[in-house]
Amino acid sequence: MPTLTYRDALNQALREEMTRDDRVFLMGEEVGVYQGAYKVSRGLLEEFGPMRVVDTPITELGFAGVGVGAAMVGLRPIVEFMTWNFALLAVDQLVNSAAKMRYMSGGQVGVPAVFRGPGGAALQLAAQHSQAFESWYAHIPGLKVVMPATPADAKGLLKSAIRDDDPVIFIEGEMLYNVKGEVPEGEHLIPIGRADVKREGGDVTLICHSKTVTVALKAAEQLAGDGVHAEVVDLRTIRPLDTETVLASVGKTHRCVVVEEGWSFAGVGAQVVDVIQRDAFDELDAPVIRVTGADVPMPYNKQLEKAAKADPAKVIAAVNRVLYRG
Amino acid sequence: MTLPMAGTSAAQPTRTKKPDAATAEQWRHWLRQMFLIRRFEEKAGEAYSLGKIGGFCHLYIGQEAVGVGTMAALRDDDYITASYREHGQALARGFSARTIMAELFGKAPGCSGGKGGSMHLFDVSKGFLGGHGIVGGHIPLTTGMAFAIKYRNTDQVAVCFFGEAAVNNGAFHEALNMAALWKLPAIYICENNRYGMGTALERASAIYDISERACSYDMANEVVDGQELLAVKSAVERAVRRAREEKAPTLLEVRTYRFMGHSMSDPIHGHYRTREEVEDQRKRDPITLWSQKLIADGVLDEPGARAIDKSAMDEVEDAYRFADEAPDPAPEALWTDVYAPVEESR
Ligand SMILES: Cc1ncc(C[n+]2csc(CCOP(=O)(O)OP(=O)(O)O)c2C)c(N)n1
Ligand SMILES: [Mg+2]
Repeated sequence: MPTLTYRDALNQALREEMTRDDRVFLMGEEVGVYQGAYKVSRGLLEEFGPMRVVDTPITELGFAGVGVGAAMVGLRPIVEFMTWNFALLAVDQLVNSAAKMRYMSGGQVGVPAVFRGPGGAALQLAAQHSQAFESWYAHIPGLKVVMPATPADAKGLLKSAIRDDDPVIFIEGEMLYNVKGEVPEGEHLIPIGRADVKREGGDVTLICHSKTVTVALKAAEQLAGDGVHAEVVDLRTIRPLDTETVLASVGKTHRCVVVEEGWSFAGVGAQVVDVIQRDAFDELDAPVIRVTGADVPMPYNKQLEKAAKADPAKVIAAVNRVLYRG
Repeated sequence: MTLPMAGTSAAQPTRTKKPDAATAEQWRHWLRQMFLIRRFEEKAGEAYSLGKIGGFCHLYIGQEAVGVGTMAALRDDDYITASYREHGQALARGFSARTIMAELFGKAPGCSGGKGGSMHLFDVSKGFLGGHGIVGGHIPLTTGMAFAIKYRNTDQVAVCFFGEAAVNNGAFHEALNMAALWKLPAIYICENNRYGMGTALERASAIYDISERACSYDMANEVVDGQELLAVKSAVERAVRRAREEKAPTLLEVRTYRFMGHSMSDPIHGHYRTREEVEDQRKRDPITLWSQKLIADGVLDEPGARAIDKSAMDEVEDAYRFADEAPDPAPEALWTDVYAPVEESR
């Protein structure tokens, strides 16, 4: 199996789907001539031409709406946001147009569009460029929210998202683009709505998604050296949430830590904990603990930024608490 | 240059050469459509007061010539979006009064299954892709539909109706800029009825001639008398030609007036406009102007006009009875249409 970066896995998914279906097109800032702000769309303009790889002005609300309108009449747009921080200007179109159209038309008009781009913090980009917004979109019925952590998942989930008949919020990890991994060639589809056990273990469940999968896997590695076997569950899709996989793992380990990059208040982990306390109450040997980003705007200073982020040490400390160790 | 708003200044209808039979028939049809809208809206107002219609309900009374004149210039395969004040455009596009009234009543046979209501009328088979409730929010959608037309290289057009207050919103600017930049077959119809709720245009916009906003995008534009059906129709025809043949967008500022309050919960006149102003504007009622022209041109007489009105009233009464007796959506409808049915996705 070829080894690809997360970036190139996404690029491969785009190329394959654009080749397969001529209704699929890509639009966004710098996706064409510049080859993508993060080079995810490298080579696509040359291959598919300017009608299918569309450079837009800096007009997030406008081009998100253009994507929704084109999808309403049968195209399958992929709208790239340079980062999800800038998509705040387009929230009206995502929430009030994309998510609502099917329902308020009584099922007549769907919006088969993908809205994608990097989310979360990179390094020292400070308060306005370092935010994780998945819980905002996951709150909205009518949207699906997908967040791959590995190159193989990135390809398989993006292909599924493009083929999906509903609007999909596809949040990539800005820090994951250079991560390498094996990626199946050709028709590799991962169904939306399925979590994946990235590491098996019987002592504690670590639930995570996107960049925090790496954090959880590092923590699990260190814990293993200490005789604690953590199971790492990568949600992959935030909405619809794969509660079955979550509950199966908690039923096995009886202890759980939920890790996420975003803020704690009404975060993704809050929803996961709600499911666990209701449907696995009798399985729990300890309260579920959450590890999240610090409840502050992201600071610029390197040491402060590190302190604000979820990391393996914080995960291990949380595991020790649910195991009543130390 | 500031033209007078739809006001009392226009002269009496000018007599033209008597049209041929087919044209005369067409003209009477448009009169009937305007009567249908007027009577429908009056009935909707009544039903609202009786509590049979809930939520917000924005009437189109006074603006009928804009909807009817526009639809007369379009083809069946064109795309249309509108704001929440869209009963009139939907009727003019050929929705049955029954499906709209049933939608207003929230009933199952409504055009959106009772799940959209007054502000969200849809009929895909007529290319009518919604009433939309966020001011300005549907303008980019129309640009997207025009983009899809260009992408598929057909000669359809995409038409968007919105109020004059929407032009102060970023979505308007972003959508028109892209349409001009990419030469898309879009027609933006600003129904300038002078007010956004209680705010007069002059209190919200730094320039008063909305058509001039098109200059920022190097876009064709026109000011149109929205109370004159033929003026609307011919301006839209010019825009349609530009869109179909030259693939270029147009902004039409259609000057009209709403004779009723902003919505059913707003009185006809109040803090923001006087009774005198409304009465003065009512002298240029688009239906009166059109029927007077038809009478002057000898294609209609007074009893003929009354008969057309009567048949519109009968259709509205039938729609009302239909909506009143129609069933509510099944309780399961709460849960459907959030996502595509599973088998649909490929
Ligand atoms: C973004 C947004 N802000 C505020 C409102 C509330 N609102 C509904 S209609 C309206 C006035 C709009 O006036 P105009 O665009 O001129 O259309 P008209 O009602 O005159 O047809 C306002 C402020 C809204 N629906 N959407
Ligand atoms: Mg107005």
